[in-house]
Amino acid sequence: MSQLAQRQAFATFKTHYGVAHPQPVQKGNTMALDAKIPGGPIAEKWDRHRFELKLVNPANKRKFTVIVVGTGLAGGSASATLAELGYNVKTFCIQDSPRRAHSIAAQGGINAAKNYPNDGDSIWRLFYDTVKGGDFRAREANVYRLAQVSNDIIDQCVAQGIPFARDYGGLLDNRSFGGAQVSRTFYARGQTGQQLLLGAYSALMRQVAAGKVQMFPRREMLDVVLVDGHAKGIVVRNMINGQMERHAADAVVLCTGGYGNVFFLSTNAMASNVTAAFRAYKKGAFFANPCFTQIHPTCIPVHGTFQSKLTLMSESLRNDGRVWVPKKPGDTRKPDQIPESERDYYLENKYPSFGNLVPRDVASRNAKEQCDMGKGVGETGQAVYLDFADAISRDGRDVIAKKYGNLFQMYEKITADDPYETPMMIYPAIHYTMGGLWVDYNLMSTVPGLFVLGEANFSDHGANRLGASALMQGLADGYFVLPYTIGGYLAGTAKANVTTGHKAFEESEKQVTGRIDRLMSINGKRTVDDFHKTLGRIMWEYCGMARNNEGLAMARGMIQELRAEFWENVRVPGTAADFNQSLERAGRVADFLEFGELMIIDALARQESCGGHFNEKFETEEHEALRDDDNFCHAAAWEHTGDGQEPEFHKEPLVFENVKLTQRSYK
Amino acid sequence: MTKTINLTLKVWRQKGSKDKGRFDTYHAENISTDMSFLEMLDVVNDQLTIDGKEPIAFDHDCREGICGMCGCVVNGRAHGAEKGTTLCQLHMRHFNNGDTIAIEPFRAMAFKVIKDLAVDRSALDKIIQAGGYVSVNTGGAQDANAILVPQEVADLAMDAAQCIGCGACVASCPNASAMLFTSAKVSQLALLPQGKPEAAKRALNMVRTMDELGFGNCTNETECEAECPKEISITNIARLNREYLKAGFFSRSM
Ligand SMILES: Cc1cc2nc3c(=O)[nH]c(=O)nc-3n(C[C@H](O)[C@H](O)[C@H](O)COP(=O)(O)OP(=O)(O)OC[C@H]3O[C@@H](n4cnc5c(N)ncnc54)[C@H](O)[C@@H]3O)c2cc1C
Ligand code: SF4
Ligand code: FES
Repeated sequence: MSQLAQRQAFATFKTHYGVAHPQPVQKGNTMALDAKIPGGPIAEKWDRHRFELKLVNPANKRKFTVIVVGTGLAGGSASATLAELGYNVKTFCIQDSPRRAHSIAAQGGINAAKNYPNDGDSIWRLFYDTVKGGDFRAREANVYRLAQVSNDIIDQCVAQGIPFARDYGGLLDNRSFGGAQVSRTFYARGQTGQQLLLGAYSALMRQVAAGKVQMFPRREMLDVVLVDGHAKGIVVRNMINGQMERHAADAVVLCTGGYGNVFFLSTNAMASNVTAAFRAYKKGAFFANPCFTQIHPTCIPVHGTFQSKLTLMSESLRNDGRVWVPKKPGDTRKPDQIPESERDYYLENKYPSFGNLVPRDVASRNAKEQCDMGKGVGETGQAVYLDFADAISRDGRDVIAKKYGNLFQMYEKITADDPYETPMMIYPAIHYTMGGLWVDYNLMSTVPGLFVLGEANFSDHGANRLGASALMQGLADGYFVLPYTIGGYLAGTAKANVTTGHKAFEESEKQVTGRIDRLMSINGKRTVDDFHKTLGRIMWEYCGMARNNEGLAMARGMIQELRAEFWENVRVPGTAADFNQSLERAGRVADFLEFGELMIIDALARQESCGGHFNEKFETEEHEALRDDDNFCHAAAWEHTGDGQEPEFHKEPLVFENVKLTQRSYK
Repeated sequence: MTKTINLTLKVWRQKGSKDKGRFDTYHAENISTDMSFLEMLDVVNDQLTIDGKEPIAFDHDCREGICGMCGCVVNGRAHGAEKGTTLCQLHMRHFNNGDTIAIEPFRAMAFKVIKDLAVDRSALDKIIQAGGYVSVNTGGAQDANAILVPQEVADLAMDAAQCIGCGACVASCPNASAMLFTSAKVSQLALLPQGKPEAAKRALNMVRTMDELGFGNCTNETECEAECPKEISITNIARLNREYLKAGFFSRSM
């Protein structure tokens, strides 16, 4: 949407929540975004806001239809809860069943400030840790709310019958997890995401049975439809027969996950994509902090060019595993032949108080640093050891098996090495994306009526996400935030009753079909995956764990060239009106080829280092990220201005009133 | 040790649910033994695409054994012969140079073929809709630690809850019954205090729905347990039967 059209949309839209919608307040490219953070002390903001939000009369809720795209923790929980409240819900997902969303793969756990172990945890501490862990690039008010509702999530999940780990007395068990000094992580073996998702899925299935949710699996959303500037529907492709379908609603909620697969190799599921978010971006939703990506320190190293994805080894393993490399570069001895005195437990040595539990960005960069010094291990030299020998001799094999058995088994299946006998080998991999569509405190994007939840939005994790906090955020957004805030929008906006016959749907469908026809007609020489792999290599090399201005500038040119070649030389076999997985991937890769450039633009604009964004020009003497709070204490939100045009920069200044801006230190 | 092998594949190709389908033969060459089975299929598909042919359709997503999206019958065994392994976690080191591998979709009355190896398993969602939940709305739940669950019980519930809904049990059952799948959910919830109040009704409704959807009866063939990638135990079926009997008893006495 052009800036003008955007303004007009804002102008036709004044009254929801009784406050003005985000208005560009300054001219030129320094316009500040209004996040609509409620006033008052931080601990009271959410209560107060809930009180001030307009309510939809219970009898009127059934007159509203809400579209939810995605059935991960965010979309599953939102769909179920909205239906319970009485709204009509239409829910969409790519997989054949909503139970298979990528959230299913989360292993380690979910945080909450219950303080059951009585080790000094509190809502304030969870809030504080998350703001600091995010390297002061998250919005305080959102993070505080997240910490507040974290306890409700656990209560809700237990009530649903989620079999969390228990202690001998039958109480819930907790463990400490990636970067936290208290034990606040709830878990279900190494399958926490699976169990939480199945909980949300069962709540969703209950509403399907009740007739309140209509479920549309094997559908890919390819466009958001705007009527008078408001999101009023979507166009999806039926992945079984290739037909286009139009769906109208009073509001649209995107819960479409993260964009880690822009790197080709990541821990994300194969269908994870940026398409839904990127289509929304093209329709006027601002994209915030796209360069904030998270590299997870404990993944199984890459071992061949045929590799299709990377597998995470939950970082809960860092509670008991010790990370080390040989002291001497180029040491090719087997791990059991390297004596204790010749091992470098570099995290324990460098960060005595956090040791192996430093946040992910710190652990990842240190692993890379060791490998760059030639101390990496394994066939490729791109790995470090994660050793359980001490834990096994201290606690016994059974205790370790109980905690990590399924992870050890998974590791052995993939590598044919037994981690009970020999240290695991790990290396960092792309895992999570903190950037996402910009949303205000109500989780609404800059397009009125378009809400964004879960990993697809940008709001809570700043420049680095702490472990066990994505599951928390997805469920917070879906169970406890959106169901209130969407009411404020619906109650405060005149009901439009748009139908799919509206010309906006027609135009949207025409555009989507046109793009598919173009992809089908190229008939070039390279496969979709081939392009995707090339893009992934460019992104990993120049916009990955460490970045520099020269590399970024060069990568931008490389991506432009690759994109041009893609549109001339990609080969998509088969036909469009069929189950065609190559076509599905081609559409996603086409978006990644544009989106990758946006990441680079964002990375270049942010001339500082923070969290997962590490620009080699900005580091402390100890090689930690060096922030520039005077110039970059903001969220960068990008507005699409037309294909082939530079996107326009907007900023949301971040104000830290409750957690003091400091240099992070985990020493 | 990584090495490479050459294989002959006999792959089921079927254009759609109405097409009759047939086996086609392909050669997979220079396959690294470090590859997963699906990565091997990726390589074959890349070649087919370059050769101007249609790649083999197969479902997959997480590629780490948890989403339940992948699965087909490999040499007559659902998810292949490795125990406790999904197809995406099956590695080529378990095959030998020169092997011929037959690859077919999961077959069952309730699972229609969509294309090649991809089938429609939405019937499994319908079984869950019939009662695979605790009837609790969002909000208002009591403190999580107000419900005590003995560790052994939580562990047993978790064992059952691990089902990934892949449908291999159905595909390997001579009657194409979904009893193992259904019993896993019924058991998980019947074991936990939160699920007890609805346990009997849940069993009755889920089994009834299973029958209506065209799944067969369970006649204790136990093949499901042997092929289940999550090693879900058939003791769950016994637990389901107990709940089912209770339900029958209640409905008569009501
Ligand atoms: C291996 C792994 C382990 C993890 N472990 C943890 C952990 O222990 N703790 C933690 O807190 N976090 C963890 N995370 C992160 C966490 O799992 C994710 O951030 C979170 O689950 C994302 O949930 P979501 O609901 O936002 O999106 P997802 O679960 O990714 O769901 C996206 C949904 O959107 C749908 N969708 C996407 N695009 C479209 C489209 N165009 N049209 C229609 N539908 C679409 C998909 O079908 C899917 O249903 C882990 C992540 C990975 C990869
Ligand atoms: S019981 Fe086992 S085989 Fe059956 S659906 Fe569940 S995981 Fe798959
Ligand atoms: S692809 Fe998810 S279980 Fe195999």
